[in-house]
Amino acid sequence: MNAHELHGESHGESHSNCKHLLADLSDYLDGEAAAEVCAEIERHLADCADCRAVVDTLRKTIHLYRTLPQPTLSPDARSRLFAALSLPK
Amino acid sequence: MAVPAVDGASDAEYERNLLQRIQAGDKTACAECIDLHSAGVYRLALRMVGSPEEAEDIVQETFLNAFRTIDSFEGRSRLSTWLYRIAYNTALMRLRKKQPLYVSIDPPAADDEEEITPMQLFDWCCLPEDDFQSNEARSELERAIAELPETLRAVFVLRELEGLSTEETAQVLNVTISNVKVRLHRARLWLRERLSGYFTELAHAAQG
Ligand SMILES: [Zn+2]
Repeated sequence: MNAHELHGESHGESHSNCKHLLADLSDYLDGEAAAEVCAEIERHLADCADCRAVVDTLRKTIHLYRTLPQPTLSPDARSRLFAALSLPK
Repeated sequence: MAVPAVDGASDAEYERNLLQRIQAGDKTACAECIDLHSAGVYRLALRMVGSPEEAEDIVQETFLNAFRTIDSFEGRSRLSTWLYRIAYNTALMRLRKKQPLYVSIDPPAADDEEEITPMQLFDWCCLPEDDFQSNEARSELERAIAELPETLRAVFVLRELEGLSTEETAQVLNVTISNVKVRLHRARLWLRERLSGYFTELAHAAQG
């Protein structure tokens, strides 16, 4: 995350960390980031609304695709498969 | 139609037993194997090639090929990992035939993809749950997954939709573990960006 792309105006908090933290967000959301990395991310999130929005919407995105109904092989396709492999149904 | 492990045997024991039976030419064991693994193989194929008919062909080729070469399977990985690998390679061959210029058979290097910088910064999580569960939202999500860059899609499908571990995904795709991690992260950011366009618009429309 580039500070200039993310933040049009400057305010108190330093945003040089946005890009640096981005790389660890997947580990963070998967609970696989080291404790000090989590602490660093959470400290940053407390002060950076843009990164908060990215984390919230990333978490939501992950939840949405994980709960998407999964396509499956139809019974007809299964029959065709068994026939093609000369297997008893 | 999943076949549960019998008599409380562990998954690993069940799989060893199933493998021995398939290698001995037991057709019931082949049928069991198909009922356990064909749905996953089908979904990977479908997400890669996009057409249900072609995905069905790939499932057929995968199991034909798998049962033909089952003696070469040494059981060092899980059976499912091996089947996904055959399916992935089969799908890749077909894609390559169709677009020889765009699909490389070699895994691309990790650094050949651009870094994804979040540009969508509106937090649309506040939308009512109905807006996330609508048919329109689901189609949007399906389209986004279908449009994921080629190099990210298989990693995404195996890790996030099929629930393979990072190690298993690396085995299927013949890439390194760090490559799987990097690509999964990019796929997530890419999808977030893509969905943010849709949901942000929805949120603004709701505000009037
Ligand atoms: Zn930030």
